[in-house]
This record gives sequence, C-alpha cells and structure tokens, in this order.
Amino acid sequence: MLAFVVRRLLQSVIVMLVVAFIAFLVFRYVGDPVTSMLGQDSTIADHEELRERLGLNQPFYIQFYHFVTNALQGQFGISYRLQQPVAKLIMERLPATIELALASATIALVGGVVMGIYTALRPRAFTSGVIMTASLIGVSLPTFLIGIGLIYVFAVELKVLPSFGRGTVTDIGWWRTGLLTESGLRSLILPAITLSLFQLTLIMRLVRAEMLEVLRTDYIRFARARGLSTRAINFGHALRNTMVPVITITGLQLGSVIAFAIITETVFQWPGVGSLFVNSVQVVDVPVMAAYLVFVALVFVVINLFVDILYFIVDPRLRDGVRSGK
Amino acid sequence: MTDLPHSPEQPVVAAKVSRWKMFLASDIFWSYRRSPVTILASIIALILVLMAVFAPLLAPYDPFNPATLNLMDGMTAPNTESYTGKYFAFGSDNQGRDVLSSIMYGSRVSLFVGFAATMFAMVMGVGLGLVAGYFGGLWDAFIMRVADVQLSFPAILIALLIFGVARGVIPANQQEGAAIWVLIFAIGLANWAQFARTVRGATMVERQKDYVAAARILGVNPFLILLRHVLPNVLGPVLVIGTIGLALAIIEEATLSYLGVGVPPTQPSLGTLIRIGQQFLFSGEWWILLFPAITLILLALSVNLLGDWLRDALNPKLR
Amino acid sequence: MQKSLAGLTAALIASTMLVGAANAETIRWARASDALTLDPHSQNQGVTHTFAHHIYETLLDRDSDGNLQPRLATEWFVKDGDPTVWVFKLREGVKFHNGADFTAEDVVFSFNRARSDGSNLKQLHAEVAEVTAIDDHTVEIQMIGPSPLYPNNITNTFVMDKDWSEEHSLQNVQDFAAGESNYAVLNTNGTGPYVLKSREVDVQSVLTAFEGHWADAPAVTEIVYLPITDAATRIAALLSGDVDLVQDVPVQDIERLRNSAGFKIETGPENRFIYFGYRFGEEPLKSSNITDSNPINNTLVREAIELALDRDAIKQVVMRGNSIPTGIPNPPFVNGWTAELDAYPKPDLEKAKALLAEAGYPDGFSITLDTPNNRYVNDEAISTALVGMLGQIGIKVTLASRPVAEHSPLVINNQSDFYLLGWGVPTFDSAYVFNDLVHTKTDKHGTYNGGLYSNPELDEKIIALGTETDLDARNASIAEIWAVVKADRVLLPIHNQVLSYAMREGMTLPVHPEDQPRMTTVTFQ
Repeated sequence: MLAFVVRRLLQSVIVMLVVAFIAFLVFRYVGDPVTSMLGQDSTIADHEELRERLGLNQPFYIQFYHFVTNALQGQFGISYRLQQPVAKLIMERLPATIELALASATIALVGGVVMGIYTALRPRAFTSGVIMTASLIGVSLPTFLIGIGLIYVFAVELKVLPSFGRGTVTDIGWWRTGLLTESGLRSLILPAITLSLFQLTLIMRLVRAEMLEVLRTDYIRFARARGLSTRAINFGHALRNTMVPVITITGLQLGSVIAFAIITETVFQWPGVGSLFVNSVQVVDVPVMAAYLVFVALVFVVINLFVDILYFIVDPRLRDGVRSGK
Repeated sequence: MTDLPHSPEQPVVAAKVSRWKMFLASDIFWSYRRSPVTILASIIALILVLMAVFAPLLAPYDPFNPATLNLMDGMTAPNTESYTGKYFAFGSDNQGRDVLSSIMYGSRVSLFVGFAATMFAMVMGVGLGLVAGYFGGLWDAFIMRVADVQLSFPAILIALLIFGVARGVIPANQQEGAAIWVLIFAIGLANWAQFARTVRGATMVERQKDYVAAARILGVNPFLILLRHVLPNVLGPVLVIGTIGLALAIIEEATLSYLGVGVPPTQPSLGTLIRIGQQFLFSGEWWILLFPAITLILLALSVNLLGDWLRDALNPKLR
Repeated sequence: MQKSLAGLTAALIASTMLVGAANAETIRWARASDALTLDPHSQNQGVTHTFAHHIYETLLDRDSDGNLQPRLATEWFVKDGDPTVWVFKLREGVKFHNGADFTAEDVVFSFNRARSDGSNLKQLHAEVAEVTAIDDHTVEIQMIGPSPLYPNNITNTFVMDKDWSEEHSLQNVQDFAAGESNYAVLNTNGTGPYVLKSREVDVQSVLTAFEGHWADAPAVTEIVYLPITDAATRIAALLSGDVDLVQDVPVQDIERLRNSAGFKIETGPENRFIYFGYRFGEEPLKSSNITDSNPINNTLVREAIELALDRDAIKQVVMRGNSIPTGIPNPPFVNGWTAELDAYPKPDLEKAKALLAEAGYPDGFSITLDTPNNRYVNDEAISTALVGMLGQIGIKVTLASRPVAEHSPLVINNQSDFYLLGWGVPTFDSAYVFNDLVHTKTDKHGTYNGGLYSNPELDEKIIALGTETDLDARNASIAEIWAVVKADRVLLPIHNQVLSYAMREGMTLPVHPEDQPRMTTVTFQ
C-alpha cells in the first residue's frame, strides 16, 4: 500500500513538473509582457530596463529554476497586471470557480442520471429519442454561443435572471460564497447550466450505456425470473451497479470542469480563476498564467490520486491504472 | 488557400474490403434503415459536405477574394438590394461578404480542419494505443500516463498552448499561411488520447487470443501482427470515436476562433463567422450570426447523430 | 496663460457644501476592464487613470474640450525672468480623505515619486530637474531647459499625502519585478471627490462621495464600478437593467441603444487616431513576393495605397458612422492640427493603378498586414476592409490578426512590414506624435516608429521643439514638420476614434476626449 502511494506521488510530482515546464515554455512565446506593462510614453531604454528587472533576459532554464524553487515555497510571484501576489489572487477567485463547478456538476449528475435511466428503461420510446437527440444539440453548440443565447433570452428579453456576475456575496472566513443570498443563487443558474450541458450529455450517455449493459447480465435476468418487481430490479440492482463508473467519471471530470469554466466565466463575467486566466492572457501576465496551469494540474493530480487510492482499497487487483473499466 | 480534399476519406483497410462490405450489407445497413433520424442526419451531413466541397462551383460569390468585395455592400439584409445593386439570399456581413457564400466557403475550412485534425488524432492515438496495449510494461505506463494528463486538460486549453508555442516558433510573416496547419496540429494533438485509450483496451483483449499468440510464436513481425490482426478488430470503436471526434474538432475550431486564435479573418471558417456574427446579436443584423450558427449546429449535430448510431450499431449487445 | 478661478471657486465651496447629498444617487458603471492598480504612479494607462481621478487629484485637469483647468493648482505660470522654472500656486483648504491638510510638501513628494525609477510616469517628467516647496501653497519646478508645454504633461500626475505615504513606506513606486506589493496598491488616501469603500479586483469597486471635498458635492453619491470583459455581456447588462452606464460600447450597438426606449447614447471625439504604418528602407520586405526591392518604400506606391483607401466607406460601414475620417495622423484637439492638413483625397482606383504601374509594379505585389484584434474599436474589421480595397488595385494583402499583447511587440521590435496602430496624444501637442512616431528610432525617441522611417532634417527640428520658447516660431516649425510628414506619406491615417457612452434614460455623462469620464460630471434630469 505504502509503496503504491509513494510511487503514485512520485508520478504526480513528475506530472506537475512537466506541466510547469510546458507552461513556462509556452509563455515565453505568447507575447511580450513589457509592452503591455509600459504605456505609450515609454522609450526603448525603459523597455530594456524593465525586461532586465523582470529577469526576462536571463536564459530560459534559469527562469524556470527560479519559478520552480519559488513555487515550491508557495510563491508564484507578483501579477504583472494587478501587482498583487498571484497566490492571493488565485485563492480569492477559487471559491467562485468551485461553487460554479460543483453546481454544474450537480446539475449534470442529477440530470444525466435521471435522463440516462429513463432512456435506458424505455429505449424505444419517442421521448427517449427526443432526449437523445436534444442532448446532442448541447454538445453541438460552442459554449460561448449557449451562454450568450441564455443571457439574451433570460436576462435581456425576459429579464428574469441577472446577466453577469455573482450577485451579492457573503464572506465566511476567507471563503466568499454566493450561495447564501437570493441574488447569488439566481446569478448561478445561467452559468451553471451553460457549463453543465457538456457533462450532462456525457453522463446521460454513460448511464444509459451502463444500464443497458447491466440489464442484460445474467443476474438481472435471474432476479427477474425470481419475480422481483421491475422497480426493485431497476433501481435496487441495475442502478447500483451503474453508479460506480458514473461517480468515478464525474469525479475525474470535476477537474476538467474547473478548467472548462474558462469560457463560461468569460461570457458571464464570473469572477473565478478561469476569467482571471483569460484576462491575464490578454496582457501576457506570465506569473498568473503559469500559476493557473500548475493549479489545474494540481487539481487533476489530487483527484487522480484519490481515485487511485480508493480503487486500490476497493480492489487490490486494479493496480495498473485501469479505472473506469470502459 | 490550400487544396481541400475532394471527399472525406474513410479509414478502410484494403485487405478487408470484401468483409467490410458484407458487414455493411448485413447488420449495419439494417439498423441504418430502421432509424429515420440517422437517415435524415446522413442526408444533411452529405448536403453540407457536398456544399462545402463544391463551394467554388455553387457559391454565388467568392468571399475569399477581397478584390470582388465592396465594403459599401456591407450589412445588407437578406434579399434586399445592396448598395451596388446585388441581392444576397442570407444577407451580407460587415465586410460586404455574401453570408451564404461565406458559409459555403467557411464550412469548407471547418470541415477540412475537422477531418485533418481527426485523422491526425486517429493515426497518432491508434498507433500509440496499439503499442501500449500490445507491448505493455513501461511503454504502456508511459503512454497511458501521458494520455491521462492530456485528458485532464480541456482540449481548448491544450490547443491554446500549442497555438502559443507555434506563434513563437514560426516567423511572424509566415504565421498566417501556417495558421490552418497549426490549428489542425493543435486540435489533433488535443484529441488523440481517447483513441489511444480505447485501442489499448481492445488490443489487450486481442493479444490474449490464441491466433495472435500463435502468430507471435511463429515469429511474425509484431508490427505485422498489429496491422493484420489487431487493427481490424479495433476499427469499430475507432470509427465511432472518430465520428464524434470530428464533431468535437469542428466545435473546438469555432471556440478557438471565438478566443481570437485561428484562421485569418479574410478566410473565415464557420467559427470565425460566428465570432464576427455574435457582435451583431443586439444590433439587429441577426442574419450574420444566425445562418452560420444554424449551419454549425446542423453539421455538428448530424455528425454526432451518425456517430451515435454507429456506436449502437456496432455494439451487438444493444441490438 | 490660463487665469485663475481661485477666488470664485473658493466662494462657491462654502455655498455648495450645504446642498449636496440631498438625494443620494448610485451609478453602476460598467466598462471592459478594471484599473490595474490603485498606486497612482505605477501605471500610465487610461483605465487606471480614469479610476484614480475619482480618488486622487492632479494639479491640473482637462475639461471636455481638452483645455487645461485648475484643480489642486489654482494658478500656474513661468517664473518671471527665468523661463526654465514653472510656478504652481496651490489651492487652500484642501483635505485628504484621512483628514490631513494638503500642502506643497505633498506635491513635492508626489512629483518626486512620479519621477522615480519604478514610476511609469517618469517619461512625462523627463525635463524636470528639481521640485521645491516655496511656502505651504507654492511649488516651483526647475526644468533642465525651457519647457513651455510642461503643464500638459502633469494632468495624470496624482498627489499623495506625504505623511501617510511615509507611514506606509511608499517612498518608492512598487517594484513588482522584485516581487513586491505595496500598501498603495490596495489602499488609498487622496483628496479626490470619492472615497474607496471596497474593492474586489476585476469584480467590483464601490466609491462614495467624500464629504470633506473642496468642490461642489457631486450629484452621484455612490459609484459601483463593474468591469465586464465580454462586449455582448456588457450590453446585455445595460439592456437588462443590471447597470446604468456602459463606457466601452461596440459601435454596432449604438444605433439600437439610441432607438431603444429607456436608453441613451452620448458620443464625442476621442483624442486618438488610427493609422497604418509602413516599413521604410531599401531592404526587400519579408512578406512580399517582390524580393529585389521594397515596394512601399516608394512614395508613389504609398500614394496609390492612400488612393485605394476609402475612408468614408470605413466610417459608414465598419464604424457605423462613429469615426472622423482624417488625412493627418493628429486629432483636432492637438496643437498643430489644421483643416488643410486634415483633408484627405477621394478614392481613385484608376489613378492608384496608374501610380503602381509608374512605380514599376503594374501587377501589384503581395504583403502581410499585421493588425491587433482587441485593442481599438473594430481594429480587425478596419484592416479586413483595407485588404479588400487594396485587392482592387492588385495588392494582395495577407491579414495577420493577433491580440494586442502579441501585436505591439512586432511593431516595437520592427518586425512588421505593414501594421495598424492607434495613438493618443495626452499632451495635446504635435511634438508628442513626432517624438514617438516620426523621429528616427533611438533608445529615447521613435519608440513606436516601427517602420524605421528616418529623416535627419526632421529629427533636428523635432528635438528643437522641446526647448523653443517662442510659441509662434514653435508653431511654424510644427507646421513645417507636418508638411514633410504629409508629403512623404510617413503614416497612413484613417480616422479619429469617436467615443460613445451608453446610459439609462434620466442621466447624462458627457464624453471625455481622453476617455477618462468623471462621475462628478454626471447630471440627472
């Protein structure tokens, strides 16, 4: 057990380093922060001087070394754009993104499971066909268009939901939540739906496929033969067997939902880490961009580690990374 | 503009054609005929693809040739007379381009990027998946770990990163010509992991079978075994992932365009047209957004429906 | 120069202090981006300055016509007998938000801070030798030579409280390169009309009227400042009643808002022009099919390009009427502008083709045009339109569209053959344009002369403008320089930007030529 965890941890560290390295490599190429930082009154001499002060003239590997050593101490430097510590900025923005991600994961999970079960139990029904087809529209539309469309309908035309932002927020310690006020909850609806559509389709299809498969297994036939009620079979046996891969996938997807939120957050001006990232890209705020990528990698690594360890505990045979069984 | 392929290539393994045909004739075709939605989807997809491929012959105007445009024709509503006396069935955009023609040419770009990126992802993913599944061990661990990392990052983020690097590596004055290839590379690279995972699983199963073991004992070159025996057996799921991947690639191209990276605005793809059009959502020129958006939805939806049907049709358990 | 209004204003203060706050009005003000910092000397950027103007104040200010107005200084003049010294008489009875008195020491401290190494404003004070307090309400600024236009440079140099700053170790502007964040980034203590109540970067900032302010109490008593990045969302927020005022309005939405019940639009010219820049020199272009010469180094070709450019069509279709086409890279606000220079030729494709043939390119040539796509109003669409117009005379343009963070380095590092750029003129004087866009590129001048235009004769004249004290002679020299710049077609100006603010019915906010609107100028009906 311990050896397994240590090995996994080691792998995670390598993953983090690789991500940090890629992040760094990229950011050397996406533009020049100096021109965004200095106004049009600046001279070439000013540019050179600032570049020197920021250490941008140093060789790549030295910059990377500084980045890694600082990051290990929790120091991601100062944002070029906002001139505040990057770690602080990300921590401030994190609650908004996590609340959005959780809300949309909940919508996706509940909606996906319900519709998945329905379409699996009534595969030939007309409504099942409609649901299956409609769910595809969700993944056939770019996220930004769904978001803008929802704003147009519900905020501009119907004026029933807010068009942007998080509404009124409440501070609980350092965690700033929008879940305790009515305006906060209302503000959450449109972005959460926008973000959830893709995952919802995914989960629905997964549940449907798993259910259809389980319903064909011998022990369900046997249960049916024993005269158990359809309800007990469907929900007591079939669904329970379906839920393990579904929850695994949802958990693994949570990390990607956080990163996926980039576009949703931009459209709805949701004050999370995704919109922080987009704003930073515009002006080549390298410390924030690098820290964001490392953060996403960290979320992924942590979730994966948990899943791996859980699987290890549940089933020691599964040691080589075969997870969902799909 | 680069030459576009004249028809979508299907990954068909030459040696297996007759078997493939038989397969078509039996189960698949039967399930196809039974599904009106699938028939409709395939007709729509076919029309859109034909429209895109033959755009230079069919389109009323050439929106990619700036010399033919007149800026004063801009913002003309559908079927009204423009400044220079032209009529545009779907109206014109802010540059005086005919929206209908732009859609036809734009679908061409989108489909080309989508197909090429999916092909790239498929070749790479299938190759790595076969290697991982067949050879196992360190190869497997390494490839699958990379795939895991890849899957945890949204494709858009990966594509953005690759785009960023390409911008730095390619000299500034050649970037626009290279943009479409960078896009293909970026989207393709972001999507290979799905293929690799599926193929690896299937390969591991195949490898255990007696005929493969026999071939191995006979000393047949492992690559020949992979190509002859393993590959044909994993083609089904690959085709499904490929179809859905095509729809995904088209959407990803659109999203990248929304974020301001992508093909040059003088040769707009469907995504670029939507990005331009969404600026006019509140100002009354609905046609600039609506028609390209509908085309994109139809395209992605019909391809998705086809992929969906294919998945069910190829899965004997579901029949 | 300008005459003081001190007496009048002082009399007004007492009478109007009583009036304010009768009816509290909150304005929810949305724009595309947030102020970068609250440290007033750290960034030289319009959005940051706009926000700072509500909390901090400057010695001089500009009104809606761009004229200098008294603010913390009531009088300013060149010292008798010494043309190298500027004297500023300061307003009396001004208090900082923490209750401290405003004195000359604060001005000395602030100007020295703005001139220090970490400051992004130091370029504007490059000619300053020393700042001294003569008494509590007089400051003298010793220049290194005669600097007749220096007061134009200080309209964004904010005054901080010396004691407060020293208490929080703010002597230096934040050196974030060294990983520092300082107290002033998040905290303020100005003399301005509003006090910062709360701030969440990129999300919202709340300001309330400062009761101890020296001027009339403003009609707006509370400001909720809301950055909204996405243009469609920003307009949706106004349409759905979630905000009262949108500062960065896309031109295509202006007409609709103007015609919608419950909304109105204020428009006015901005002190900023948009232009195309060319690559000069004999060296062949990297992006052209002509490999033995540089076609756009030929004046005839540049004339042909100008004749193909239809500025009026760009105004009408791309800008929806919201631009002022111009024939000179210099806005009307700026000293040196004349209607004559501003005239531009009607497009003439036949003549353009003939000129191209005469220059030796009868079949045209190919070239890449670099354009930003997120900086100026419809920047990418303007460039796309030019591609079409040049296509009609046989010049095949490839358009390279990039976010501004990738685009500007290309221009500054001379990597572009042909580019679009915009230029604001904060000093309201032509010398500012010449220094950065026309002067030969050196480490002090010509920073944005990305095409490497070089004319030693002009360089000499441009440098001489800096110290010329005879304003008539100076203006004559400016006119001469413009004549050469125009004849040489150094830059291809397109238009001056027009600003539009959209707001709900019942309030009025006049457009500010530097796009730095003040909520103190809002009136309600």
